[in-house]
Amino acid sequence: MKLTVNGKSHTIDTEPEMPLLWVLRDELNLSGTKFSCGMAQCGSCTVHIDGRAVRSCVTPVGSINGAITTIEGLGTPATLHAVQAAWIEHQVAQCGYCQSGQIMSATALLQKNPAPTDADINEAMSGNLCRCGAYPRIRAAIHSAAKQIRGV
Amino acid sequence: MGKIATIARRTFLIGSAAVVGGVAFGTYKFKQKAPNPLLEDLPQGATALTPYVRIDAQGITLIAPRAEMGQGIHTTLAALVAEELDVAWDSIRVEHGLPGAAYYNRALVEHNVPFSELDHSFPAQAMRSALGVVAKLLPLQITGGSSNVADLFDRMRVAGAAARFALIAASAQKLGLPAAQLKTNNGSVIAPDGRRLTYIELATTAVGIELPDSPALKPREQWRYLGKSMPRVDMVAKCTGTATFSIDVQLPDMVYATVRMNPAKGAALLKFDATAAKAMRGVLKVVDLSGGVAVIANNTWRAFQAAQAVQFDWAEPSYPTSTAAMMESIVASMTEKNRDSQLRNDGNIDTALASGKVLEAEYRVPFLAHATMEPMNAVAWLHDGKLDIWAGVQNPTSARDLAAKVAGLDASQVSLHVTLMGGGFGRRLEVDFVVQAAQLAVAMPGKPVKLTWRREEDMAQDFYRPAAVARLRGAMKDKLVSAFDVRVVSPSVVESNLGRLGLPALGPDPKIIEGAYDQPYGIINYRATAFRAPAGRPVSYTRSVGNSYNAFFIESFIDELAAQAGADPLNMRLALLTHEPSKQVLSTVATMSGWGQPLAVGRGRGVAFHLCRGAAVAQVVEITVTKEGVKIDKVFVAVDVGTALDPRNIEAQQQSGVIFGLSSALFGEITFANGAAEQSNFHDYSVLRMRQAPQIIVKVLESGGPIRGVGETGVPPVAPALANAIFQATGKRIRELPLRKHIVFV
Repeated sequence: MKLTVNGKSHTIDTEPEMPLLWVLRDELNLSGTKFSCGMAQCGSCTVHIDGRAVRSCVTPVGSINGAITTIEGLGTPATLHAVQAAWIEHQVAQCGYCQSGQIMSATALLQKNPAPTDADINEAMSGNLCRCGAYPRIRAAIHSAAKQIRGV
Repeated sequence: MGKIATIARRTFLIGSAAVVGGVAFGTYKFKQKAPNPLLEDLPQGATALTPYVRIDAQGITLIAPRAEMGQGIHTTLAALVAEELDVAWDSIRVEHGLPGAAYYNRALVEHNVPFSELDHSFPAQAMRSALGVVAKLLPLQITGGSSNVADLFDRMRVAGAAARFALIAASAQKLGLPAAQLKTNNGSVIAPDGRRLTYIELATTAVGIELPDSPALKPREQWRYLGKSMPRVDMVAKCTGTATFSIDVQLPDMVYATVRMNPAKGAALLKFDATAAKAMRGVLKVVDLSGGVAVIANNTWRAFQAAQAVQFDWAEPSYPTSTAAMMESIVASMTEKNRDSQLRNDGNIDTALASGKVLEAEYRVPFLAHATMEPMNAVAWLHDGKLDIWAGVQNPTSARDLAAKVAGLDASQVSLHVTLMGGGFGRRLEVDFVVQAAQLAVAMPGKPVKLTWRREEDMAQDFYRPAAVARLRGAMKDKLVSAFDVRVVSPSVVESNLGRLGLPALGPDPKIIEGAYDQPYGIINYRATAFRAPAGRPVSYTRSVGNSYNAFFIESFIDELAAQAGADPLNMRLALLTHEPSKQVLSTVATMSGWGQPLAVGRGRGVAFHLCRGAAVAQVVEITVTKEGVKIDKVFVAVDVGTALDPRNIEAQQQSGVIFGLSSALFGEITFANGAAEQSNFHDYSVLRMRQAPQIIVKVLESGGPIRGVGETGVPPVAPALANAIFQATGKRIRELPLRKHIVFV
């Protein structure tokens, strides 16, 4: 099977039903995408397929027809994406385990809707759990990133 | 000896373990300095002037020997050293470091004395002091009980100042100048003529300098990192997917494993059939563990799939197997025979409640899971006669020792690399998953094994926060509480945990009643009695431990008493409090929330106060009752930490505590059938989501009193503040958690 991850093409030899999450983590050594619930309940494993947020823990790798972006492909410490920069500005992360998924969901939201309301944020982000309770800062960082992206 | 024997008699669980563990060493060892753990494993060319500072050609690394599980401790601990060492914030690296005796936690053990945090009487201080000695002897390197900052505030500043002293002295030698003429600036020593030597250049010379025991520390007015909101040292990595949790450790030739253990935790495995599992793609080995089975494969998902294909015949546990039977055992233990402690008995409660109007109520809370976002996991690698382990644990010394034991090695042959943790909340004080990883490393010698639990295993194999039941009686006089009698029954988490660590557990457990006996309310007749239920299913510490339920019990019941007498619940508490910082947080939260100003119809507000680990915290919760259910709008928090080292992080911890506490208050409940939890994942063990999260407004106060930790303080008051708001808005008094059993939330 061929897979495009963060602009790079990979040939993998796995069962088509293996969830994308485990291909990323154990076959391609991309550990930024996290395992937590394994049943699309928490959003820690969120990645983009053609810009759309999907839960990689329940996405069979054989079902994918599109380019995958993971947190590593969004931005690096030296070249931060605007959403990552907003996360750092607001000091959002605590344990940080859910934050790759939070950032991927937030980025997908802002691509569709560059001026989200609190209700839009509730709608888009309620699939991403955070046990540390960083929700207030996640909300503030999304508003901040939205402004940055809109250039206001 | 006489003194130690007295302490052992009077000491409570953790203290007794420390006494018994430490007594053999005698006091001479206490006076000895613990060896510098960095020297055991020092790379070529590196120096370690103190256990907290390593300097090599690449730069300066500060050791923060406590679990970073989200609370920001690495940042605050690094700031303590960096402040005195005088290094640029963006130049430092921060590591947890290997476990070491030098990193013992004295404050945590001192927290376990059966005295209120505000009690500075001779007996209280004498016991704290004695236990501090034995904590060093044991030694317990533990992250828990919001104890880090209090424990390390002086120690790590002294380490920074002592290292700076040595670097200046080394520079004086090299330059032939008196040390008094030299200054430091961001990692360099500077001479009056402008010559500059970096710490990196000076480090090897500084090694020969004798360190001062008590170097002068900067006065607060000169702080440039402490007292400021510092950028967290782990923030960029956590926002770019480059932070390494133990689940992310990758080693060459690694294999991947998972386990399935008896869901009735601790009970045996009678037999199993792994024929189908062994035939599945990628499966390398099936390992019989005591009480369950591990599957090792060449990919984690393949291990998961194969483990699901194993057939099990589990043994019954020795403890009650249903929620009803467990609760029955707990309730039945509220008898004189099971009385564990009576840590408060002011006035004469029996006389006070013998006549007049007496209010009585029973309150209950359920078992709770920790449900950290990162499921339990560890990497272990047996190679070249030694065992390397990567794990996220809150007590690395115990984890290392138990792993060594199961692997048949000496602790000196085990290197435990403590990684960042995807949440802890007390779960990582237990090390069952580390021991399993060590067993698997022994089964696959030469190969690094990464053990990952499925979420379902994590939920099933948790050591839950135990259920607890309280019976309260109280009376009012002149619109003030005049009599308050609280009896609490619960299994002892300390007994359960110490047993697994192989430590003795003598004496009563103050954690059962903490947060109920030690509150600074000047109620004339005030009695708090704890009863200990039989051990039952294994249980353990959960964020704020006994405070997590005792605050709900007493702060709800005080509200009931106020309502019955027509007293304002906030002003009545203000009148009862005898501790100035406690009064301050309460009056501050009153101002913040506009307490006393009328709310629109269908809205309500409730208040709760709590003294948690010595930090006073007050919260007001505002709700709206809608057609769809109760909506939590806002939570106002005022907290006094004595000295605020990092205000923005303290705010984050308060918000975190509120959301964690709301998850438990609204939804949290583990129930049992056949000894197994009936909840398995986040679909049936709900936690708060973004759309349910209220606005949380925090004010941090500094009374200048003793410095206090904040990791737990936000948790205890939010359940009673919410229940009190629901009462105010609806007239409905809820005496059981989770609240969703009695009311619908939006």
